[in-house]
Amino acid sequence: MLTQANHVKQLVILSGKGGTGKTSISAAIADLAHSSNKQTLSVMVDADVDAANLSLVLQPQKSEVHEFWGGSVAEIDKSKCIGCDLCELLCRFDAIFPYPDDTGTYFVDPIACDGCAACVFGCSQEAIRLIPQQDGNWFHSETRYGELFHAELFPGKENSGKLVTLIKQHARLRAEDTQASLLIVDGPPGIGCPVISACAGADLGLIVTEPSVAGIHDFQRILGVLQHFKIPAVVCINKTDIYPEGVEKIRQFSASQEVAILGEIPFDDHITQAMVQGKPITTPFPDAPSSRAILEIWEELFSRLT
Amino acid sequence: MDKDQAIRIVVASGKGGTGKTTVATSLALSLAAQENVWFLDCDVEAPNGHLFLNPKIEAERKAVVLIPRIDMEKCILCGRCVEVCQYHALAEIGKSILVFPQLCHGCGSCTWNCSSKAIKEIRNPIGVLEAGLAKKGINFAHGVLTISEPMATPIIRQLKKWHKPEDGSVMILDAPPGASCSVVETLHGANFALLVTEPTPFGLHDLKQVIGILGDMKIPAGVIINRDGIGDNQVDEFLSQTEFPILMRIPYSTQIAGAIAAGNTLLDVSPEYIMEFQTLFQKIKNIIAENEPC
Amino acid sequence: MILIISSQQADINSPVDNRFGRAQWFIKIDSDTKKWEALTNPGVNQRGGAGVAAAQIAANNKAEVVISGDFGPNASGALNAAGIRMMTFDQGISTVQDALDHFTQGKLTAFG
Repeated sequence: MLTQANHVKQLVILSGKGGTGKTSISAAIADLAHSSNKQTLSVMVDADVDAANLSLVLQPQKSEVHEFWGGSVAEIDKSKCIGCDLCELLCRFDAIFPYPDDTGTYFVDPIACDGCAACVFGCSQEAIRLIPQQDGNWFHSETRYGELFHAELFPGKENSGKLVTLIKQHARLRAEDTQASLLIVDGPPGIGCPVISACAGADLGLIVTEPSVAGIHDFQRILGVLQHFKIPAVVCINKTDIYPEGVEKIRQFSASQEVAILGEIPFDDHITQAMVQGKPITTPFPDAPSSRAILEIWEELFSRLT
Repeated sequence: MDKDQAIRIVVASGKGGTGKTTVATSLALSLAAQENVWFLDCDVEAPNGHLFLNPKIEAERKAVVLIPRIDMEKCILCGRCVEVCQYHALAEIGKSILVFPQLCHGCGSCTWNCSSKAIKEIRNPIGVLEAGLAKKGINFAHGVLTISEPMATPIIRQLKKWHKPEDGSVMILDAPPGASCSVVETLHGANFALLVTEPTPFGLHDLKQVIGILGDMKIPAGVIINRDGIGDNQVDEFLSQTEFPILMRIPYSTQIAGAIAAGNTLLDVSPEYIMEFQTLFQKIKNIIAENEPC
Repeated sequence: MILIISSQQADINSPVDNRFGRAQWFIKIDSDTKKWEALTNPGVNQRGGAGVAAAQIAANNKAEVVISGDFGPNASGALNAAGIRMMTFDQGISTVQDALDHFTQGKLTAFG
C-alpha cells in the first residue's frame, strides 16, 4: 500500500490529441492498482465529461445518480417585451433575435446564450430573467476495480470544467473517507478548461502519446500545460509500431525536456477486443504485449507515487 | 439555400482520434480542383490540420477576450460590477476591485452597469488566429489557444467571423472532439455535419453525444465509419435505427495509419479516395438540397 | 477575530467541508466571543469562479482567517489580496468545532 494516509496522491492521464488510448490505459491502470502485486486502493475519476468512456470498460455494478446544475440561460417574457432591441445590442454571444412574427418582440436562443445576464440587467421592462439549467448528471459508481466518479454532460452544454472539479472533489473526499491512497483521473483531450480542471492538484501527469505528427504536436502542447502548472510529467508512447521514426522523435523531444518515458506500448488489437468485451485489457489478456507494457508502466508509476 | 452562399460542412466525431482531420483534409484536397475550398481548423486546443495542408501563413491576429480595467480614481466601490458578473471574474477586496481575466467571458455587463464610468474594456489575448493559402490553393485558417488559457469557444467564434468564406465556395470546418459548447460553436451556421466514427463501443457512445446536439440545431448529417473492420457492428446497428446515412467506409489498414502518422494524407497513400470524396460531396449536396425548406 | 470555516452543514458541530469555493456552508465564528453563525454559500450552485465568490463572502464578513481543505488559485489570489490568512485542516479534524480548537491551540498549518 502507498503510505502517507493523510495525502491522497493524484495521477492525471492526458494526451492533448484524442484517441491515443488514454481511457484504455487508465482502465488497465485501475485494474493493476486493484489486482497486481503493487496493490493500491484507488478511486477513479472520468474527467472527460462530454465523451465519457471509462465506465464502458469498468462496467459499474451499481451507480448513484446526481443531477448537475450548471449555467443559466436568459428567457424573455414576450408579454413584457416592448421590442426596444437593447438586449440584442448588448448580447455579445449573438443569442438574441427578433421573434419570427410581426409582434416586434425578441427571443433568446438557449444554445447560443452564455448566461452572462447582460440583457437581464439592461432590460428596462424587467422582461428577462435567468433560468437555471440542468446541464447533466454525475454518478458515484461501484466497479469491481474500485469506486468510480463519472459524469455525462448533456450534449452541447458548456464544458466549463466545473463538472470536472465537482466530481474530482467528491472523489477526493471519498478517497479520504475510505483510506484510499490514489486518485486516478482519466483526463479529457485538448488543453483548455476541463483539462486544466482535471490537472488541478495532480501529483503526477502521465501523458499518453502516439508516434504521429499530430500526436507529437499535441504532446508538446499538453506538456506545456503541465509545465505551466508545475505538475511533474512522465510519458508513455502508445501504438509504437505505426510510425517508428515518430517514436524516435518523441524520445528526442522527451530527453530535451527531461521527461521520462515510462514505457512503450505496441499497437495491439487486443485493446479493441477488450473494449468490446467491456473490460480493461489486463483482465482478459494479461499476457498480451500491451498488457505487459502497461504493467511495467504501472510499476514505474507506483514507485514514483510512493 | 441561396445559390451564392457558401456551403459549410462541419466534420465532427465525439470521440477524439477517429479521423476527423484525415477526413476533413482529404475532402478539402479532393474538391480543391473543382471548387473554391476554404478550410477552418476549429480544434483550437489541439489543431492539426496545418500539419497536412502546409499553409503558408500570411495573416495573423490575436484572439482576445475583452476584460474590464477599472479606473480606481473614478471607482466609487459601489460593488455593482461584482454583483452583475455571473462568472465571478470580479471581487471587491478592501478598497479595490480585483479582476480575474481567466474567469472573464467578455460579456461587457460590468462596463454597462458601472454608474461612474470607471470601467474600460481592454483586449486580453488568449490565442492567435492565422490564415494563408495551403496546398492546392485551399484558403486555410486556424485558431491556436495559448497554453494555460482555459477558454476555446471565443477563439472559435472569432475565427469564424474573421475567415468568412466567399460566396459560392465550400468551407470545411474541422471540429474539436467531444460534444460540448465548442462543438456547438463550430456547428453554428453549418449546412451539414459529417460525423466520423470508429466501430467500437467508445466510438458509438460519443457519436450518440454529437447526434444529441444535431437534433436541437436542425443540421442534417451523415456518417463515415473509419477503421472499418475493427471492433464490433454496434455502430451499424445503431445507425440503421436512425435517419443518419452511412456515407463512406474507410477500412482499417496499417499502411494508411502509418502514412498519416508520418504526415501524409489519405490521398497520398490511396489516390482512389479522391473520387470517393468527390462522390461524397455530391451526396452531401443532395442531402442539403432535400433538407431545404420550400 | 473573525474566522470562517467551510462546513457541510449549518452547525458548528457539523463535519467540515474540504472544498472552499464549493463548500455547502461557511461557519463564521468570532473567536473572542465564541459566537457563530452559518452563512450559505451561493457559489455551491454556480458556474465558474466559485472560489472568488467565496473569497468575496469572507472579505464582506471581515474575516481575518479562513480554514478549509484546499484553496484554488483564484480563491487564494483574492484572499491574499484581501490580507486574509488561509489555513488548512490537518489530521484529527472532523468537525468545525475541532478546526476552531486546533486553530486556537495554534496547531493548524498555513496554506501556500
